[in-house]
Amino acid sequence: MNLFSSADWQAIWLTLKLAALVSVLLILLGTPLAWWLARSRSRFKHWVAALTALPLVLPPSVLGFYLLLAMGPEGPLGKVGLWFGAGTLAFSFPGLVIASMIYSLPFVVQPIQNAMETLGQRPLEVAATLGAGPIDTFFRVVLPLTRPGFISAAVLGFAHTLGEFGVVLMVGGNIPGVTQVVSVQIYQYVEAINYRQAHLLSASLLIFSLVLITLLYSFNRGGKRQHFSLWRAPRP
Amino acid sequence: MKTASGLLAKLCWQREDFELKLELHCPAEGVSAIYGPSGAGKTTLLRCLAGLENAQQLEVSFNGDCWQSAQQFLPVHKRPLGFIFQEPSLFEHLSVRENLAFAEKRAGTNPPVCSFDQAVALLAIKPLLGRHPAHLSGGEKQRVAIARALLVKPKIIFMDEPLASLDMARKREILDYLEKIKRVLRVPMVYVSHSADEIARLADYLAVLDKGRLLAQGPINSLLSRLDLPIPLGEDAGVIIEAAISDIDTQWHLAKITLSPGQHLWFKDKGFTMGQAVRIRILARDVSVAVQEPVNGSIINVLPGRVVACEAEPHPATQLLKLHVAGYDLLARVTRYSSQQLNITAGQSIWIQIKSVAIAP
Repeated sequence: MNLFSSADWQAIWLTLKLAALVSVLLILLGTPLAWWLARSRSRFKHWVAALTALPLVLPPSVLGFYLLLAMGPEGPLGKVGLWFGAGTLAFSFPGLVIASMIYSLPFVVQPIQNAMETLGQRPLEVAATLGAGPIDTFFRVVLPLTRPGFISAAVLGFAHTLGEFGVVLMVGGNIPGVTQVVSVQIYQYVEAINYRQAHLLSASLLIFSLVLITLLYSFNRGGKRQHFSLWRAPRP
Repeated sequence: MKTASGLLAKLCWQREDFELKLELHCPAEGVSAIYGPSGAGKTTLLRCLAGLENAQQLEVSFNGDCWQSAQQFLPVHKRPLGFIFQEPSLFEHLSVRENLAFAEKRAGTNPPVCSFDQAVALLAIKPLLGRHPAHLSGGEKQRVAIARALLVKPKIIFMDEPLASLDMARKREILDYLEKIKRVLRVPMVYVSHSADEIARLADYLAVLDKGRLLAQGPINSLLSRLDLPIPLGEDAGVIIEAAISDIDTQWHLAKITLSPGQHLWFKDKGFTMGQAVRIRILARDVSVAVQEPVNGSIINVLPGRVVACEAEPHPATQLLKLHVAGYDLLARVTRYSSQQLNITAGQSIWIQIKSVAIAP
């Protein structure tokens, strides 16, 4: 018996692909940003921190609406996309990736930033006096000591991208195999009063997310060195 | 900057209402102590020397190699130095052995200060090698941190109040290790402390810092016996004498050093061997003077000497005398009343009694 239709499987696969790609890209781009936010004494820091945290408080439809405009043929992101020959980004998978990255940015940056702030300056100074250069220090000292923060960031970024709806609908629409993710698929089933399929997908997403978050909590509790709360408010 | 051996620094560092402005010269051997009260700028100075502080007007050179000048800045990780922080700063994610290996792996091409085994033996950390820092006491962590600093092949070691975070017993224990390192390895050290005890035991060269200014710097003996110097030693005023054990009296458990032929100092034998080099500290409050040779007293160390100078003290009741005995300078704290009664003046011959001699072997 096949519980999921082929369209469901396509949506599940697309969702996992999107979430994985967004998490990886956000870790890569979010780490330098988190580093800067944790270390900088720049007067622009508060502005950057606020911008980073903005997706937390903004309705996804608002974010999605402006991203849609930006990614349209007349928008700045759309023009860049056209210039690269990738077409406008709206209603495309790359567009969805970019939108999801912006949407999940605070969930990745803040745990890393918190971990780096907790770490402080001292281990870096010690490493320098032991002859370790900056890159060496980052990989051999900073990364191992802030690992719980990175794991939190990856899991939260992944889980949060799995669950997004408003931004996806605005920016990606509902194109099967391209932008039709699980949450949108569920919405469609509900609209069509197909509650059985809606239940199946919803329950799967619920259980998967729960398992993921439970794993994260148990991991961060098991690590005896540092405890990172899943969420900490951005510092004023 | 002129080429010279040792550590030369010229700095002007400002932060809010604090200014650190001085020229420092630490010799290329032995322990140079930077001494001063809290808030004098000692730690900042040491961090500036190591390159950990972002100071603009700073010139630092070590044995002729420029570390920092207006034109260049050698990053900390490229300087041949070891640094011991006030609180033990081991990497929590690495075991003791891995912490040591971290330093060993990144050591430059300088000649080694000591081998891995030697460092482990010197600081007695062999039983700790497999443990993680979370399972070490404060003193153990600091010992590992010291061994780690040795393994990075430093040409000079900076220590920022390495005993400050420890209790008295641990302090004494780590001091013993530091003395051993000083004796065995002969790597120059710059040692920051506000404790006169630590300085007296370790330092060969002294720089006195107060409110961001250097009050004096020079070899410790000549500096400690100066009267005109506003060194805020207070109760700890005293001098240091280094000599070899010349006799051991097994019946009374006393040991002796000879200051000059016929002039000796006796003190408690702590299991010395003949000829062993010892460093003794004689506090001004333990020295008294007499115009005639004292007889039938309980004090064994009675030596003839001469008054070199008298200096008033912050408290109006006492006076500090600088004395010359058998080629050595001593300080004595006496009341102004006695001084008046005995009519003590500079240049006068006098008998000197030393009540107790503190040993820092």
